[in-house]
Formats: sequence, structure tokens, C-alpha cells
Amino acid sequence: MYRYDSYDQAMVDERVAQFRDQTRRFLAGQLSEDEFRPLRLQNGLYIQRLAPMLRVAIPYGLLATRQLRKLAEIARKYDRGYGHFSTRQNIQFNWPALETVPDILAELASVEMHAIQTSGNCIRNTTTDQFAGVAHDELVDSRAVCEIVRQWSTFHPEFAFLPRKFKIAINGAVEDRAATRVHDIGIHALKNDAGELGFRILAGGGLGRTPMIGHVIREWLPRAELLNYLDSILRVYNRYGRRDNLYKSRIKVLVRDLTPQVFAQQVEEEWLHLEGGPATVPDEEYERMQAFFTPPAYETLTGYSRALRAQIADSKPFANWIKRNTFAHKVAGYMAVTLSLKKTGVPPGDATADQMDAIADLADRYSFGEVRVSHEQNLILADVRQGDLYAVWERAREIGCATANIGLVTDIVCCPGGDFCSLANAKSIPVAESIQRRIEEKVEFQDYLHDIGELDLNISGCINACGHHHVGHIGVLGVDKNGEEWYQVTIGGAQGNDASLGKVIGRSFARDEMPDVIERLLETYVAHRHEDERFIDTVRRIGIDPFKQHVYRERDRVEANNVETDDVQTD
Amino acid sequence: MSKLTMSKLIEGPIAEGGRIVDDIWTTVDTAGSIRDVLPGAALLVPLALWKAERNHLVARTAPLGVRLEPSDDPVELVDDLPRLAVIAIHFPKFTDGRGYSIARVLRERYRYTGKLRAVGDVLRDQLFYMLRCGFDSFAMRHEALIDDALSAYRDFSEGYQSSVDRPVPLFKRRPVDSPASEATA
Repeated sequence: MYRYDSYDQAMVDERVAQFRDQTRRFLAGQLSEDEFRPLRLQNGLYIQRLAPMLRVAIPYGLLATRQLRKLAEIARKYDRGYGHFSTRQNIQFNWPALETVPDILAELASVEMHAIQTSGNCIRNTTTDQFAGVAHDELVDSRAVCEIVRQWSTFHPEFAFLPRKFKIAINGAVEDRAATRVHDIGIHALKNDAGELGFRILAGGGLGRTPMIGHVIREWLPRAELLNYLDSILRVYNRYGRRDNLYKSRIKVLVRDLTPQVFAQQVEEEWLHLEGGPATVPDEEYERMQAFFTPPAYETLTGYSRALRAQIADSKPFANWIKRNTFAHKVAGYMAVTLSLKKTGVPPGDATADQMDAIADLADRYSFGEVRVSHEQNLILADVRQGDLYAVWERAREIGCATANIGLVTDIVCCPGGDFCSLANAKSIPVAESIQRRIEEKVEFQDYLHDIGELDLNISGCINACGHHHVGHIGVLGVDKNGEEWYQVTIGGAQGNDASLGKVIGRSFARDEMPDVIERLLETYVAHRHEDERFIDTVRRIGIDPFKQHVYRERDRVEANNVETDDVQTD
Repeated sequence: MSKLTMSKLIEGPIAEGGRIVDDIWTTVDTAGSIRDVLPGAALLVPLALWKAERNHLVARTAPLGVRLEPSDDPVELVDDLPRLAVIAIHFPKFTDGRGYSIARVLRERYRYTGKLRAVGDVLRDQLFYMLRCGFDSFAMRHEALIDDALSAYRDFSEGYQSSVDRPVPLFKRRPVDSPASEATA
């Protein structure tokens, strides 16, 4: 993975010193609340409901084990012994003290980490496919591109005060695992027929209050032009994006209002001035970056081993885990393993310091000392020998990270919600837990869970959509109605190549109704599905009406019963 | 407008460091008040006034400057750039980042070489970004803290990107034996 040289290290060290001084001036009353806010946000520090929250950048989700151990240490020393992995492949600490944040940043800098631009109206951490470099369907390894973009976006002097936050995702595989179509900029790394490398550029996607799918604004960009073209897009946005209304300030609104064609034209006009300029990235720079991501020393192995076949035959839990939590690797004899952070009863994406240390040990022993974070909030060991899978599974079970639910309904993507976040309208973690519990109460729930199959369930505690509810096959959004917490349900959303936005099924629900609602949706699916049809495909084929009818008919019936009961009691 | 004490500015490009100087410029907002200014005074006028009174203003011998709002298009000054000793870019709020783009366009596209001054809500914590975008003159909002603000010139020793002060981005300046080979060890 990428390693800092003296330049990178100097910049993060200078950043720590800068923020230490800013914090000192703030505490001494020399910087006002308003002046300090953007400074602390651009260092990942929010002032939250209960305490400050510090969001640490994990560039494109890649962690060396010494970095993961440092995160564990920080969790113990400055927090309450755990951290929360976010949908931007970052980690959040919920309980640090403001005065200690400069020290935390210094600890991070000692392992080539930082919290730069993890918040604020600037270019945020660039995200990518958690299987970049190992995926069986990879076209181009996106990690080198990500690092080039990371360096370009870090302290970009022109774009530190954009109209609003700005998120870039890069994907280099056939399947889009980076949700590029719902980002401010989506980048597809490609090879053309002549074997040249380049990019397809999308802009104007995003979730939040006004969810939109991004538009392709350039079908093919030679790779040398990447930074010139990004500068062009950002400059058009910086100058013409709306600053008068917070809710209309994302680039998606500019793209929509101008129309994608006119927006693209403006970008192209800007690019005419920058094309071939000093920021042009030569092949040597791509090669230099790619050298940081050379494949590890894989052994020559044959495919599925006989031993693994026997282990799968012997243990149904192991077989389920293999089926759900492993991913086909491009090197024979290896698999990528997803360690689930979605155990029932644990807030989705949370890991304790002990788990982090144990996962670092697993990665050192079985996966070349590297761990990845997925935007679905799980951790990945990308390079595990098939012969080691059983041992990894056993250890993962001991530490509570072997729930065989990746891509299933209990693998819930969820923001911290009203328990922690001051923006939230409603709690999200208890909703996730009640749904997981409902599934687990079922007889033979493992069979039920696997029978329901692939299903993305996403929960956001407010319209800011950190839980990406619009692109959940089932999406849950916390809303505030006269000071009470309610939940709106959408179905039919999807990320990936055929990204779509979910449709609202009807009026919202109280929190305790949510497990019922999910169960009704699953019942409708089971009743209507064709063989091997996923939930999302059934929704697309039959529309939302059958789901809606079943959910609300049952709800009305329950309500009617309740009324009768009430009457009896009052008699 | 006469002042008892002259305002101060920070001036100097990033490479040379900053120094504190007197602000000798007179800012005028209406056509009527141009006449009240002494003939030898350096005049700074908003773009609209510049456009309206251009002929009258260019006839003056004293230094001239134009102030741009973030919504102004710097292309309107292209033909006059050699005449302008100062272009001031107004930051109504420090969180309004449009002025950074205007600065780069003036420096990099239109090759403006005069003074580029940040005015308005200009704070020391944004100074380093401004310097990299080509500003070399600052009317700080907190004039009392102006000495302290000078240290912002040294906030960072490097930047990754192509910028006005250093057009060649860091990746083209790194030594060739960058530790890519060590990294995989």
C-alpha cells in the first residue's frame, strides 16, 4: 500500500501543529465559534449531541495492521474502547475530549494517518471498491488512481471552501462496488479497445435531501488528463454552485439546473484552458503509484482444495459463511474474506479495540498485513489462502465477526443516528437491532435468512442519508413529526451498475412497527418471487403496490385489533 | 475619506514571506466621490464603477485598482490588466470560496502580474490557501492580530497540487528514488 515519503509526512505533521495552534486559539477565545467551526470540521471534528466526534480518514478504505492497531489504541486511550466504521470507509470516535484531539491527530500522524477533510465543505475522502486489486472482475486497479486523487484533493488551495461537501468514488471493476452513480463525481477506470487506460466521468449524483443518479459527462478521458479535468469540474462548481441555500448547494443541483449537457459544456470549456497543463499526470506517475500496490507474494496454488470441500460439507455454519462472506479472488487458491461488523445487538459498523487488535493479528497471519473497510461498514481480509479459511472463520467466530450475513437483510448499513448524531431526526441503531432480532427469532433463522437471499437494507436517521437509504433495496429514513420519531420506508433502491432510487411505500411508521413492516415486505417477496429472483428484481418486476398493500393491510388490521382491546379495557 | 491612522496590509508572495505595510489605497464606491479624492491618490473602485467611469479613471496618473465581488467575472478586466496595480477580491464571508478560483484564473489564465489583494472576511487560517492561489496582499479583518497572521506564511512547507506559486505539482518534483520499493517490503 501507499507509504509516506518525507513530503507526505511533513504535511501531516505540519497539519497537526496548525490544528494544535487553532485549538489553542479557540480555547483562549481568539477564534470565535464560527471561525473555528470550518477549521475543526476540516480536521474531522464535530461537536455532537453527547461529546465531540472525530472522524479519521481511511483513504479508500485501506489499512495496514499497524494502523488498525493504532486505531485500537486510540479507542482505548481517548475514547470508550470502540470505534464506528462509516459508509465513507472511515472510522469515527464518539467520545474524545476536544483538548485531546491534537494529541490524537499526532498519534495518527505517527502511522501515516490523519483526519484531514473528513468533514466540511471540501473534497472528502475518496472511496473505492473494497476488493480493488484482488477482484476477479477487475479491469483496472483503482488504488493507484485513488492515491493520485487523494494527494490532489489534500489541501487543494482552490477548493477548501466549496458551496458544500464533495465526494468522489472510483471503480475499476465490471461491477460497480463503489456506488459511483450516487457521488458528486463518479470515476470509472477503463481500458479502451486500443488497450489505453482512461476514465469515464460521471457528475451530479448524490443522496441526501434530493437524491439523484449521476450523469456521464465524459465517456472517455485519457488518464493523463484526470487532474486537469477534476480541476475543471470543481472550478465550475466552486464558482457557480449555489451558496444561497444549504439544501440546493450540492453539485447535483447545479448539474440538474444547468442540465447535464450544459454543465458538461462548461466543464469542457474550462478544461480547454487546463488541458496539457502542469497538472497533467504522465504514465510514469501512474507507474510510480502502482508500484506501491504491487501484488503480495502469492503462492502458486490450485483452485478449491479437497480439504476445504470437506470442511464445507462437514459444517453448515462454515458453509454458510463461505457462501456469504467470501469473494472470488483473481489469484487461484485465494479468497477475499469479509468480517461482518453486523452482529445482532452491536451497532452496525462498530468494532471494539480488542476486535481491531484481533483482526490486525488475523491480517498479519493470513492476509499480508492489510485490512480494508467496505462502504457497507464491514472489514475485509483481501488475500486469504483457501486452506486458511477454516482457521480464519474459527478465530472470527471467537471475536464475534463471523456472522454469515454479508449482503443479506441483517447486514444492515446504518448511520449512528439519534443516539450520537446531532443532525439526526430519529434513532437508527435500535431500528437495525430490532429488525435483526426479529429475523433471529425465526425458527431455523439461518435457513430463512439465506432463503431471503441478497438484500440491501439501509437505515438513515435523517435526510442527510449517511445510511444511504435511497439506494437500499429496502430503505428506512428517520423523520421528525411534531417532535416524535417516525420512519419512512422506501423499496426498489439499488447501488451498483443498475443504480436506482427507492420509492416511498406510504405513510411512515412508529419505531416498534418496523420489524413487522420488514417482515411484511419479505412475505410479499416470498409470495411473488420467481425462482432465483432477488428481492430487488421482484420489486422491479411487480412494482411497489403488492408490497404496499400487504404492509398497510396488515398494519390496519393490527390497529383495528388494538382499538378493540383498548375498548375492552376501558369498559 | 481621511483616517487618523493608516490601515495596515500584509504584503508579499509566499516565496518571499510577508511584511506589514501601510495601506495607501483609497477605496471609492460612487462616481461622485471620485472627484473628492486627491489627484495623486491611489484609487480602488468596484468593477461596476470601473466600467462606468473607465475613461475618466484611466486619464488619472495615480495607481488604479479594481475590486471584484465573488460573482464578478474576471474576464471583464482582461484588456485592462496591465493598467491595474491592484485587483482586490472581496470575501463577504471567509467560507465563500469563489475568490480562490477568481484569483487563479487571473494569475494563470490571464497572466495578471500586479498585486492581488484579499479583502473582507480575511482571516489568518485561510492565508496559506490564498497565497497558493496567487494572492500577495491581505487586508486582514482582525488588524490587531496582524503580526500573528504573518506566521501563516509558514503553515506548510509543501503542497501537492499545481498552484500559482509552484505550477509544477509535487509529483513531478519528488526525487526519482521515492520509496516505492521499500514500501512493499
